[in-house]
Amino acid sequence: MLELRGITKRFGRVLANDHIDIRVAPGSIHALVGENGAGKSTAMRIAYGFYTADSGEILVNGRVADIRTPHDAIALGIGMVHQHFMLVPPMTVAENIVLGAEPGTAASLDMKAAIAGIRALSDEFRLAVDPEAPIETLSVGQQQRVELLKALHRRARLLILDEPTAVLTPQEVAEFFAILRRMRDQGRTVVIITHKLSEVLAISDDITVMRDGRVVGVLSTRETSAAEIARLMVGREVLLRVDKAPATPGGVRLQVRDLNVTGPDGSPRLRGISLDVRAGEIVGIAGVEGNGQTELIETLAGLTPRAQVTGRVTVGGRDVTRMNARERREAGVAHIPEDRHRRGLVLSFSLAENAILGVHYRRPAVAGAGGVMLDGHGIDARTDALIRDFDVRPPQRALPARALSGGNQQKLVIGREFSLPPTLLLVSQPTRGVDIGAIEFIHRRIVALRDAGCAVLLVSAELEEATALSDRLLVMHDGRIAGEVDPARATSEQIGLLMTGGGGQTP
Amino acid sequence: MSEIFTLALVFSTIRLATPLVWAAIGGLYSERSGVINVALEGLMLAGAFTAAAVTFYAGSWFIGLIAAVMAGALTAAVLAVACIRFGANEVVAGTAINILFLGLPAVLSGALFLSSGSTPQIPQENLIPAFADVSVLSVLALAVTLATWYVLYRTPFGLRLRAVGENPEAADAAGVRVQRIRYAGVIISGILAAVGGAYLSVGQSSLFTRNMAAGRGFIALAALIFGKWRPVPTMLACLLFGFADAVTIQMQGVAKLPSGEDVPVQFVQMIPYVVTIVVLAGFIGQSRAPGALGVPYVKER
Amino acid sequence: MTRLDSWGLTPLLRELRFPLVAVVAAFLVAGLIVLILGDNPLDMYWLLVGTAFTWPDGIGYTLFYATPLVFTGLAVAVAFRCGLLNIGAEGQLYVAAFAAAWVGIELADLPGVFLLPICAAAAILSGAIWGGIPGVLKARFGSHEVINTIMLNFIAVALVSYFTQYHYKVPGDPILQTAPVGEGAHLARLGSIVPGLPERIPLNLAFVLAVVACGLVYVFLWKTKWGYEIRATGENPGAAEYGGISVRTQIVVAMAISGGLAGMVGINEVLGYRHRYYDGFSDNYGFTGIAVALLGRNHPAGVLVAALLFAVLQRGGVQVDAFTADVSKDIVQILQGLVVLFVAAEAMFRFRIRPAAERVA
Repeated sequence: MLELRGITKRFGRVLANDHIDIRVAPGSIHALVGENGAGKSTAMRIAYGFYTADSGEILVNGRVADIRTPHDAIALGIGMVHQHFMLVPPMTVAENIVLGAEPGTAASLDMKAAIAGIRALSDEFRLAVDPEAPIETLSVGQQQRVELLKALHRRARLLILDEPTAVLTPQEVAEFFAILRRMRDQGRTVVIITHKLSEVLAISDDITVMRDGRVVGVLSTRETSAAEIARLMVGREVLLRVDKAPATPGGVRLQVRDLNVTGPDGSPRLRGISLDVRAGEIVGIAGVEGNGQTELIETLAGLTPRAQVTGRVTVGGRDVTRMNARERREAGVAHIPEDRHRRGLVLSFSLAENAILGVHYRRPAVAGAGGVMLDGHGIDARTDALIRDFDVRPPQRALPARALSGGNQQKLVIGREFSLPPTLLLVSQPTRGVDIGAIEFIHRRIVALRDAGCAVLLVSAELEEATALSDRLLVMHDGRIAGEVDPARATSEQIGLLMTGGGGQTP
Repeated sequence: MSEIFTLALVFSTIRLATPLVWAAIGGLYSERSGVINVALEGLMLAGAFTAAAVTFYAGSWFIGLIAAVMAGALTAAVLAVACIRFGANEVVAGTAINILFLGLPAVLSGALFLSSGSTPQIPQENLIPAFADVSVLSVLALAVTLATWYVLYRTPFGLRLRAVGENPEAADAAGVRVQRIRYAGVIISGILAAVGGAYLSVGQSSLFTRNMAAGRGFIALAALIFGKWRPVPTMLACLLFGFADAVTIQMQGVAKLPSGEDVPVQFVQMIPYVVTIVVLAGFIGQSRAPGALGVPYVKER
Repeated sequence: MTRLDSWGLTPLLRELRFPLVAVVAAFLVAGLIVLILGDNPLDMYWLLVGTAFTWPDGIGYTLFYATPLVFTGLAVAVAFRCGLLNIGAEGQLYVAAFAAAWVGIELADLPGVFLLPICAAAAILSGAIWGGIPGVLKARFGSHEVINTIMLNFIAVALVSYFTQYHYKVPGDPILQTAPVGEGAHLARLGSIVPGLPERIPLNLAFVLAVVACGLVYVFLWKTKWGYEIRATGENPGAAEYGGISVRTQIVVAMAISGGLAGMVGINEVLGYRHRYYDGFSDNYGFTGIAVALLGRNHPAGVLVAALLFAVLQRGGVQVDAFTADVSKDIVQILQGLVVLFVAAEAMFRFRIRPAAERVA
């Protein structure tokens, strides 16, 4: 049905797809699996015309297809449900579904016919969607079914689903899979992008495994096991060995009790989180992204509006629950954010200006307490020390941060936060988008900080990284801590089970 | 007070609201597609001047109106290219158009009519006709409002326009060509605003004078916000603002404050602006702007 | 040298090439219009630019015209550095000018040492308040500063015109203007200080204040922690928040400073020039300020240069009116509009950097 041949796609410095080949058999459910950033979504967005490949070709039904825009893909019978829904919230279900392929004439939109058609489709697949409801009144699960209807309404023969279950409850996942099976049984083809192994085994016929922008395995679901897929997904077992002595934990540095956080829309993001981090230990948090890790770190760093937070947080015995970001930093809390472009750096600022972000109001950025004027000499000295100690390259403090590679940007952030110096380090995705050399460097520095007596709370979507660095490993699911494991002994199946909500619930 | 609220006041309200309706409904097309249009003022001036100049030479208001429409479309196309193609800040580019059309009509009238800033008088019989004191363009303004409602909610183009203004990425994913729809939205806004301008010069008046729009483009923008970016409420907002204006004019020299002074016109003039600020702050119901208003759609490829 | 580099000067030089191209393009297009209208564009530009450099009138008036533009340019630039578009300098400067006159009338009998600073402070403070309102509205309700500043412009004009007409006009005066301010509120003309400059030229100490303000804004933005916080907020609010900076506070502060700078126009107009509030005095200073800031790349040094450029045009416009057959001084407005348009859409001059394939999309 669909075949990608030698597809290559670059985004700036990053090679997202490196000569990948994917074959999807007609009438099957094909799982495309891999870790975050493996290039799965990119490959499928190319097939849907959202991106154009740098090289390689796409075949649909055995013929080479020229897909430049989603418009082209739709014409070829390809539909895609994106991870972030592509819906227009104030418009109705029917309006969203017919958008771009409107029934009637240019002078008159035939919504009656559209609504009838959608109702028929919805009944056929037992989707239970009201065509006249505005999107913004629907639950996430219903919105996803609208996305499915959108593709079906355009007579899509091939449906690409990008992480479709990420937003669903286990019950919704079961219903959803039943719908997919019905679609397959009617002769449609489905590609499902996921990194949840239990789902892959439950729903797919064939599997393509991706890692680091390459296809590393093509499997038949009936003949494989979770262990084999996991091994292929993670790969390079040798690479991540962090030399570290056993931890010698001291007193409790961070104490979190019954922390609840709601999103700006009022939906719960963290549900009753309680945890302790002791001085001199690294506590890791593993989990599928979007299960509350971001909210946890941001809340601990003082970046969540207070009205959205309940519970109690203490650092070194001091209650910091009502403190803002600056006060927490003063209390010794350093924060390496998950997205250094959105949070950690001002890309247009020079290295020197970035080196003082968060401490720009006190020494050495200004001379003396309560000073107003920035102290150029103090800032330069601090920047130079940071560049030297954390091997930031090129070592030019006047350069805008934008000019640095991802690894060097991250070293700049880490250097700045480490030189607070912190008693508690909150670190999220420390090596995302960072080259291999810098990864080792960053890991060593985090362990060194631990050995110096700092408490470290580490979030990483890379399971391997989380297990290698952590002394204790917590697993988050759906805003809760699903369990704790010993990172030295736990298998990835065990952890994976906790990541997917305690295991056994997915069909 | 009875001498103020007369039938004359009704006609006066319609007269004063007409240019606002044209410009505001024009602005609606642009803003619903996601492009902020602060250039309504300049677009009105472009239409007003072109209509007057061409009507003067051609001796026909209809030809003048057609020319004004073309001038408005052309000016709006410049704005659209700057914003959509070259990523100019929409507010800044709109301001540029406004500044440009303070100068351009003046320079052109200087060159064409040897007067700085105004065109010659146009004979009464060449002006846009009015029946019983109601201009043809006033009637058409109502028609254009209703037509806009139909276009917006009952045609594929309207559906796409709304989708592009709310969530261009979703529209793109559905196979809609986002940039094209936005060009169309901005150019339609230029055409309609120019008609509003033409009404000023060859409808309500009989010549173009310097800075003739006198802030009406911004009042139209205010009406659009007050009308929550919907056609009929926007028209009603224009009528309200036109009414306020009409009352002010009628009160001149007639109504007195208890202290014996004239009622200060300035306070009545302020009403549209104060109302807009209050509405934007969310005190009188939420006025939700199109989701992607002012956000350029640039996608990684 | 490296320290200078890291604080904004070299990037400024690097950035100046696109504004330059934009100005040239604006002159070419305006020249074309002049040509079509039947005048010689070169002659016109010679008139336009040449007359600005005669001594003393040309230079004196050019600097006088530049003064308000420096203030409004700085106002727009400071707001822009915080990520805000202040379209409201026009309203802020009206409120400020009236406030200066009001204080100057009410306290007319105070000696100059007190009256002058009080009047100046009134101008700055009232401008800051008028500018701060949209800041508060944005920080508190999230309503967009562009619409609010536009609306506040009209409200300011109406309000000030009301007070002038009904409360502060000299009875019987046919002109809509207030009574004169006290003698003590007069700012010295530079003609009384600079030898060879006649006192009839209205260039006054406010110009010196404008130049000083450029220096102060530069120091504030790049050398103080407060300026750092404003710039960080403008460049990346997420990172600013992360760095312990309250984005809401910065929005209000930046808008107030912006309004205060726009308010300084009142010092030039009321204290330095007319010695009374004259309704409708502003020749679109607030909007030209957007052009000035944009052309000057929102940097005080650039603002100073751009303000001088526009002042040259304004001074020259008078001559164009007098000496050309078919082109009026309004060509200056066309030039300004074109400059803003081209600077805003400067991406059109970058086309060679992007590969052709990308442009199709």
